[in-house]
Amino acid sequence: MLWLKLRELPRTFNTQAMSLTRQDVEKIAHLARLSISEQEMPVYVSSLSRIVDFVDELSRAETGDVLPMAHPLDGQHQRLRADAVTETDHHMKYQANAPAVSAGLYVVPRVIE
Amino acid sequence: MLHNLSIGELADRLSKRQISSVELTRHCLERIDRLNPALNAFITLTAERALKDAAAADARMASGEKGPLLGIPLIHKDIFCTDGVKTSCGSRMLDNFIAPYDATVVARLKAAGTVMLGKSNMDEFAMGSSNETSYYGPVKNPWDTSKVPGGSSGGSAAATAARMAPFATGTDTGGSIRQPAALTGVTGLKPTYGRVSRYGLIAFASSLDQAGVFARSAGDAAAVLQVMAGFDPRDSTSVDVPVPDYSKALGEPLKGLKIGLLREFFDGLEPRNAALIEEALNIYTGLGAETREVSLPHLPLSVPTYYVVAPAECSSNLSRFDGVRFGYRCSNPQDLMDLYKRSRGEGFGAEVKRRIMTGTYVLSAGYFDAYYLKAQKARRLITDDFRAAFEKVDLVIGPTTPTPAFDIGAKMNDPVLMYLNDIYTIGANLAGLPGVSVPCGFVDDLPMGLQLIGPHFAEATLLNAAHQYQQATDWHKHAPRGYE
Repeated sequence: MLWLKLRELPRTFNTQAMSLTRQDVEKIAHLARLSISEQEMPVYVSSLSRIVDFVDELSRAETGDVLPMAHPLDGQHQRLRADAVTETDHHMKYQANAPAVSAGLYVVPRVIE
Repeated sequence: MLHNLSIGELADRLSKRQISSVELTRHCLERIDRLNPALNAFITLTAERALKDAAAADARMASGEKGPLLGIPLIHKDIFCTDGVKTSCGSRMLDNFIAPYDATVVARLKAAGTVMLGKSNMDEFAMGSSNETSYYGPVKNPWDTSKVPGGSSGGSAAATAARMAPFATGTDTGGSIRQPAALTGVTGLKPTYGRVSRYGLIAFASSLDQAGVFARSAGDAAAVLQVMAGFDPRDSTSVDVPVPDYSKALGEPLKGLKIGLLREFFDGLEPRNAALIEEALNIYTGLGAETREVSLPHLPLSVPTYYVVAPAECSSNLSRFDGVRFGYRCSNPQDLMDLYKRSRGEGFGAEVKRRIMTGTYVLSAGYFDAYYLKAQKARRLITDDFRAAFEKVDLVIGPTTPTPAFDIGAKMNDPVLMYLNDIYTIGANLAGLPGVSVPCGFVDDLPMGLQLIGPHFAEATLLNAAHQYQQATDWHKHAPRGYE
């Protein structure tokens, strides 16, 4: 079994090694659709490495064939409801928050030439 | 003074027409006007609307209507959608967002006749433990303005401590109600997952998020929970179980109540903090409760587990912010990819981007099993530990935070050090349990919190235990200097 005592946590993770490279972070940022400036990049490489090292402690836990838990309450299931209209059309109200709208449609840069 | 009265006392005076809701609302607005510049607890003030709503509440009372919250002012954390009112979630991304509907929590409290004074400041998208990640600047702790109020519901906590309103709403994903309640010396309740609707609460980590309340006593919190709690068909994780009469449960004697001391919580606890908890235990044994030690052997896994599960869910939830349908859009996008990346890159702050990237990493091909699946398994182990403990005791007790409020700026350069603030609160979120923090004394002249955690849907037991403690002590009555 593991065991970091609570009080040892801050020391345990005080590591200087970078477990993620700049290339890793660039790839993650692309997957997450985030632009990261040249200035921010080294900060993310180091802080994300530190977080990954920290959560890596989980690898020391013996989890065996424990059933993964996706939800805090057991016995929850997707409810069904009557097949009846309950919502009215609010698109004008909702689209009032959109950056660009035309004829009831959301406007984005051209995607098909 | 009006601002030191309990919700029950205010409701009594309102119903006897000794004061009007408009007078009470003006009193709160005047305090906000005078005290908020030093605290920055608000993102939006809705004074005009509040006075209109207060007049409407007065009219309802004039026609003979009564209600425990009718005409009572409140503050909503800016994570709850409020129809027609800016709902920013503390982010540049939503700086221009006017919510098109009310969250269920907001709608229920509105129907009960409450008066919204404004929307409180918070960590951006509720990601933070110090209220320093807000796009609108940090909130200051009324006990010492060089200190953080805790987070993420820092504005609601500071405003309640500063007696700007009798109560405020908050959300708690990893401690975001209990931790700031502890650091500002107020009572903070996080209900059971599913007890209060999440509909219209801007999602951070959907399997952990839960709405709750800040108040100046457990009795006040019980009155508010009564209105907030209950089944909502609009939230697919809302649970359809009856809501008990929380205020009625407050009178029950504690004789025979079994309280568990969490061995893991006391291990390495700072001596002055430990002394306060021991003192609280003495109060409880004096009230007839029995105490015994219980162990949650997997609890030390909770912080790393949380910092896999929460970012994973956050990276998925926050993918909706794409610069297309609502929120911030970058200027002059070259193409759709550029629009997505720059809108998100410029619209989100550093901590939010860090969590989205952490989540993206732990969910990505090749890492999913090692991190996300592993964390879900650890989450079950932690939950099973709690379940076993609650076979022996009615509730468990410990500190809410490792230390009192820390200096603004002290932990901003080290995310892991910041994450460790949540060490005592995260377990309840992972297991979906209710928890409450009540003021239990001072360390370095700063308030500290005592945390009670109970089994699922044991809010009545928790609130009663907190209430009985507050009948025997007066820690919850202390106000910060200048805010009495």
